[in-house]
Amino acid sequence: MASTLNNIATLNTELSAVKSESLFRSSIKRLFRNYFAVLGMVIIGVFILTAIFADSIAPYPYDRQTLRDSDSAPSWMPSVFPMMIPRGEVGGYVKINDNYLLGADALGRDIFSRIVHGTRISLMVAFIGPTVAIIIGLSLGLVSGFMGGWIDNLIMRATDIMYAFPTLLLIILLMSFFRPSTGQLDPDSLAYALNRLDASMGGMFFIFVGIGITSWMQLARLTRGQVLSVRELEYIQAAESLGASRWTIMTRHVLPNILGPIIVAETLTIPRYISYEAFLSFIGLGVNPPTPSWGAMISEGAPAIRTYPHHAIFPALALFLIMFAFNFLGDGLRDALDPRMRGKE
Amino acid sequence: MGVYIVRRALWMLFVLFVISVMTFLLMRLVPGGPFNTERGIPEAVKANLIARYNLDASLPEQYVDYMAGLVVPRFTDATYKRSLIEDYAINISLPILGEGVALRWMNFGPSLTNRSQSVTSMITDKLPVSIQLGAAALLVGVIIGVPLGIVSALNQNKFWDYFSMSIAVTGVSVPSIISGPLLQYIFGVRLGLLPVAGWGELNHLILPAFALGFIESALVARLTRASLLQVLGEDYIRTARAKGLSERVVIGFHALRNSLIPVITILGPLAAALLTGTFVVETIFGIPGLGRSFVNSIGNRDYTLIMGTVLLYALFLVIANLLVDITYALLDPRIRYT
Repeated sequence: MASTLNNIATLNTELSAVKSESLFRSSIKRLFRNYFAVLGMVIIGVFILTAIFADSIAPYPYDRQTLRDSDSAPSWMPSVFPMMIPRGEVGGYVKINDNYLLGADALGRDIFSRIVHGTRISLMVAFIGPTVAIIIGLSLGLVSGFMGGWIDNLIMRATDIMYAFPTLLLIILLMSFFRPSTGQLDPDSLAYALNRLDASMGGMFFIFVGIGITSWMQLARLTRGQVLSVRELEYIQAAESLGASRWTIMTRHVLPNILGPIIVAETLTIPRYISYEAFLSFIGLGVNPPTPSWGAMISEGAPAIRTYPHHAIFPALALFLIMFAFNFLGDGLRDALDPRMRGKE
Repeated sequence: MGVYIVRRALWMLFVLFVISVMTFLLMRLVPGGPFNTERGIPEAVKANLIARYNLDASLPEQYVDYMAGLVVPRFTDATYKRSLIEDYAINISLPILGEGVALRWMNFGPSLTNRSQSVTSMITDKLPVSIQLGAAALLVGVIIGVPLGIVSALNQNKFWDYFSMSIAVTGVSVPSIISGPLLQYIFGVRLGLLPVAGWGELNHLILPAFALGFIESALVARLTRASLLQVLGEDYIRTARAKGLSERVVIGFHALRNSLIPVITILGPLAAALLTGTFVVETIFGIPGLGRSFVNSIGNRDYTLIMGTVLLYALFLVIANLLVDITYALLDPRIRYT
C-alpha cells in the first residue's frame, strides 16, 4: 500500500514535470523514437502503396496462365536454392525463364504478380477485421459496462461461452455454413444475396464476418472494464448532475476516454487476423480462386517444397514481413501510449 | 475452494451444452449432407442410409439420441458386441458384477462418410497423434520462451533485453503456416538433417513441433518478462534483498516462483490452442492427426465426426481453463476463492 502511494506520488511529480507537453504529442514522439516501430510503419506504407497500385506494379494479370511456363524459375534462382537443378545439367528439371521475376507457379501464373495482388487481401483483412471486431465488441462492452445488472450478466456470460468455443473450429464451421455450394439457394432469399455479395468480393465478405464473430470477446471484456473504471470518475458525475442523457454520457464522455487502450489492443491483434485469413485460405475455406491469397499460395506450394521451393517460400516471406511490421508497430504503440513511460529516457 | 470448484464445474457443463447445441444447429443448417457425393447415390440406397443413421428423425430427437449415447454411461453384459453404431471410448470391465459385465461410456457414433470406422475408433487412433504434437510444441514454447523472458527481464533496457524481445516479436510473426514450409526447406531439403514429412519416428516430431511451438515461445517470453519485471518491483523482493539474501536466492526462489504464475495460467489455454491449431502443421507435414480429419469431415458433412471433435476440443479448453484457475489459487497465497 505504501509503495502504491509512493508510486502515485512519484508519478504525479513526473507528470507535473512534463505537463508542458500534451499526451498525444509526447506519445507520437516516443513512437517515432522507436526504430522498430518506424521500420514497421515504413514496411506497412510500402505494402499499402503496393496494394493501391497493384495493377501497375504487377507485370502480369494475377490469373493469366501460360501453361508452357509452368513451374519455371529465373536464372538466379538455382544459386539461391541449390536443389533446383536447371534443365540441361545432370538431373536437371527446372525450366529457366527470365520473364518472371520470382518464377511461375504450377499453372504458369507469375508468382510476383500474385504476391503483389495478394497484398490487397492481407491488408483488407488487417483493416476491416479489427473494424468488425470493434463494432461488435465495443458496443457490447459499452452496453454491458453501462447498463450493469442482468444485461451485463447476460452479455458477459455469452462472452464466456464464446471464449470456450475453440476459435479455429468455430471459424471453420462458420465458413462452411456461409459457403454452401451455389445453386442450392433460393434466389430470393437473404442468404442468396449475401452469397452474391461475397462472390463479388472474391470471397472476402464471409471472411470478415467469420473473423468478426469469433474475435470480439476480448474487446468486449476490455471495453466493459474500461467503462466500469471511468464511470465512477468525477467528470462523469458532473455530466450526470448537469442532466446529460445516458447516450450523451456514453458517446461524448466515456467513449473518447477509453478509446486509447482499445486501439492499442486491436493493433496488437491485427497480425492474428492476417494469419486467420491465411489459415482459412490455406485449408481452402478462404478467398475464392483464382483470387491470390498468400495463404492459398503457400498451401498450393507446400507439397512441392522439395522440387519447387519458390512456390511456397516467397509468399511465406511476404506474409512474415507484413505480420512482422504490424507486430512491431503494435508493440511500439503500446509502449508509446503507456503514460507511465512518459518523461523517461 | 470446494464450493468454487463445484460451481465452476456446473458452469462448465452448461457451456459444453450450449456449444453442443450451437455446433449441432450450425452443421445441420449447412446445405448438403453426408450422402451428397459427386456421382450421386441411387435414391433407394440413400433413403436406406438415411434411415440407418437415423437422419430422418426430427432434429431435437437426433440431438437427444446422439447426446444420450455420448453422455450416459451404460452397463452391458456378455451379449454386448462392439459395432460401428455402438463403440464406446471408455470401457471398464467389472467382473465382480458377473461374467462380461462392463461399464461403458462415450459413444461417438458411426462415421457417416468413412463407413468402415466408428468416430470413436477414429478419435482414439488420431487424437494421440495430435496430443503428442501439441505437447512437443508446448515443450518447445516453454523451453525457448521462459529463459528468453528471464534474460530479458534481468537485463531490462540493456542490449540483451532488446535482443531477446526482438526475437520474441519476430517469433510472433511466424505462424506455422510460414514456419512450416521454411523449416521444411532449411532442415529437410537444404541441410537434409530431418525428414521433410511423415510420422512414426521421433525425428518426425521435431520440425512440426518447432513450426507449431515457435509462435507460442514468443508469447511465453513476453509474458515471462512482463511478470518478472513486475514481481522484481514488489515490496517483498526489497525485503528479501534487505535481509541480505544473495541475488540468486532472491531471483531463483522469491521472484521466479511468483512471476511464473501468469505464465502457468496461459499454459492451459495455450495447450488447448496448440491442440486445435494442429490442422496446418498436420497438413504440411503429412501427419495423420485429428486436426486433418476434422477439416476433411467439414467438407464431407460427416456430422458425427464434426460433433465429436468440436465437443472433445471444447472439453479440453474448459478443463484447461479450470485447471489454470485452481493452480492460480494454489500458487499464490493471496488468492482465496469462496
